[in-house]
Amino acid sequence: MSQIAFEPWNDPNAKPLIQFKNVTKRFGEFVAIDNQSFDIYEKEFFALLGPSGCGKTTMMRMLAGFEAPTEGTILLGGQDIAPFPPNKRAVNMMFQSYALFPHLSVWDNIAFGLKRDGKSKDQIAARVEEMLKLTRLEQFARRKPHQISGGQRQRVALARSLAKAPKLLLLDEPLGALDAKLRQATQFELMDIQEKTGTTFVIVTHDQEEAMTVASRVAVMDNGKIIQADTPQVIYEAPASRYVADFIGDVNLIDGVAEARKGAQETAPAEPEAAKQAEPEAAKLSEHEAPAAASERRVPQPNARGKWLHDKLFRYILGAREDAPKQLPPPTPGESEAAATASRPDVIAPGGITIHWAEGQPPLIVSNGDPALAGQRVTLALRPEKLGISKDRPESANALKGKVIDIAYLGNLSTYHVELANGLMVKAQLANTRRVAQRDITWEDEVWISFRETAGVVLSE
Amino acid sequence: MRRLTWFNATSLTLGFAFLYLPMLILIVYSFNESKLVTVWAGFSTKWYGTLIQNDAFLDAAWVTLQVAVVSSTIATVLGTMAALVLVRAGRFYGRTLFSGMIYAPLVMPEVITGLSLLLLFIGIGLDRGILTIILAHTTFSMAFVSVVVSSRLVTFDRSLEEAALDLGCSHFDAFRLVTLPIIAPAVISGWLLAFTLSLDDLVIASFTAGPSATTLPIKIWSSIRLGVSPEINALSTIMIAIVAVGVITASLITKRASLRQQADERAAVHV
Repeated sequence: MSQIAFEPWNDPNAKPLIQFKNVTKRFGEFVAIDNQSFDIYEKEFFALLGPSGCGKTTMMRMLAGFEAPTEGTILLGGQDIAPFPPNKRAVNMMFQSYALFPHLSVWDNIAFGLKRDGKSKDQIAARVEEMLKLTRLEQFARRKPHQISGGQRQRVALARSLAKAPKLLLLDEPLGALDAKLRQATQFELMDIQEKTGTTFVIVTHDQEEAMTVASRVAVMDNGKIIQADTPQVIYEAPASRYVADFIGDVNLIDGVAEARKGAQETAPAEPEAAKQAEPEAAKLSEHEAPAAASERRVPQPNARGKWLHDKLFRYILGAREDAPKQLPPPTPGESEAAATASRPDVIAPGGITIHWAEGQPPLIVSNGDPALAGQRVTLALRPEKLGISKDRPESANALKGKVIDIAYLGNLSTYHVELANGLMVKAQLANTRRVAQRDITWEDEVWISFRETAGVVLSE
Repeated sequence: MRRLTWFNATSLTLGFAFLYLPMLILIVYSFNESKLVTVWAGFSTKWYGTLIQNDAFLDAAWVTLQVAVVSSTIATVLGTMAALVLVRAGRFYGRTLFSGMIYAPLVMPEVITGLSLLLLFIGIGLDRGILTIILAHTTFSMAFVSVVVSSRLVTFDRSLEEAALDLGCSHFDAFRLVTLPIIAPAVISGWLLAFTLSLDDLVIASFTAGPSATTLPIKIWSSIRLGVSPEINALSTIMIAIVAVGVITASLITKRASLRQQADERAAVHV
């Protein structure tokens, strides 16, 4: 991995490989794609994500040439592709059903496109072998598609669509037919192959996990429109709308009215006793750590024979023995300062807004909210894993009392469904670091839901 | 394995007797020494000998074969094209009407088809002969081919053709290299159906045949009016033998192919 992040979409000088310019597609009365403009860059792994019927497949079929836009233009490498039929485009597609030719062997399936190009026999054979190797299918070359497993078929389809070295590879729900374990392995394989070949991939999927795993950018679609196109991290952590927040992963949405926060003034009275409580605990912590640190300082000493061996022989090769333990360099002043503020949950970042979400409940403190939203109706989107759940009132910017209604045990995680005072159900997720019998929170328990002032994202309607 | 009960054994015997007794009698009497069909006078193959010397029968057989091969081939091409359009073209104006009209010849009484073709040929001044029989047979067997082929095309995955286009095929190449090999079994069985329909058609052929060309069914029918001769029994036995050999070969080939496929699939599972 290079240190320079791959994000051509942030580079004003980067030339996009594909440009959609005000593209609209209608089927009769039905608007499948509604006036969309966006760019896809070279070597990108771009995911079109959305529920069925959102227009993602139409988008892909327009790129492949099976549908023509009703209005607008699609440029591939700066050239309008409208006049080119599918067989004249430097675009190949991997079909959802794989569409392997059942009457041809794996080898002939991969060679199919190359033969159409009128390449010489040797060239075709060399390229097919290369593709077989890339997809680890060498030993299945002579088999027919019905004689191999689903995962192998998927790889044949991939090899066939990559054989012609297209500028752009389209993947239509490529892993939909595989079981969960195989799908995960194949996702990484896809990324690997994409990196090796340097081909631009556009993938259509309704599986958000798949899109997040493989893609450099994810475009979330709904009703023929791209709602948000950004990196998986941004899509997840900073969704632009309620739809995106809701579609990607699990989310708690709390509606309320925003009010500007009065800077540091509110920080002080927020939880004065919280700060006090934090101190003894911090002290306890350092006491607890002390013996551990001391034991680490002890360096194992060699016995007499070892010492003799070292002094007679190894000293000349390895140099003198160090008695002092090896240590990391001390933190720079900047680092220690950052660590100090980060580790102090009692200090609430200033600024932002508060959200009045229920009668008689303290407003929620959201320091990353835009004060310009004051007075408006907003929604606070909170991911379940960003919520804490505890029996005692925690020291946190926001703490809400509730009752456990349901617990979903997912193995590695448990999701607690907690009913808040005003009847709102929220989900909090906790990693199951302890075994089931040792968990102390159970059904009907009174609990506190807590989250930091920066945990959520404020969405305006 | 359950043993045959008396009831099952009886119904099996009766059923097969009903189906095959007439043919059995015909075959047995084709080896009859006597000229009288219903009187057994001893074993002989002399009627087969006289049949080979009967030019009228041989000519008719040759005409029938020509008509069957040519008409079923043309019907297969046209019927496949019709099926492609009806299954693929989506909703166009008058689609239901067209598809209904394709299937109409299946239910149309043959007498009416034959009569209307006769009127047409007289109307356009076409002399009746081998050409008119071929045209007539193509007309009605095409409908059967299109039914067989379109039932296969309905379940055909369109994305296979799109994949071929995507990989650089023209539309014609995509059909030739992908669609046709995959639907080939349906096309072949359509051809076989058309071939047999043409082979045993009497009604339409008798309307459209002329003095210059007579098909075997017409020949048999007309000679029966002069009395059943053992020669016809012999001819029929030969036809039964040809058909039987054909059917058995075809089923053996299919059986072997499906066995091989099963073996392949088993092998694939164990990898």
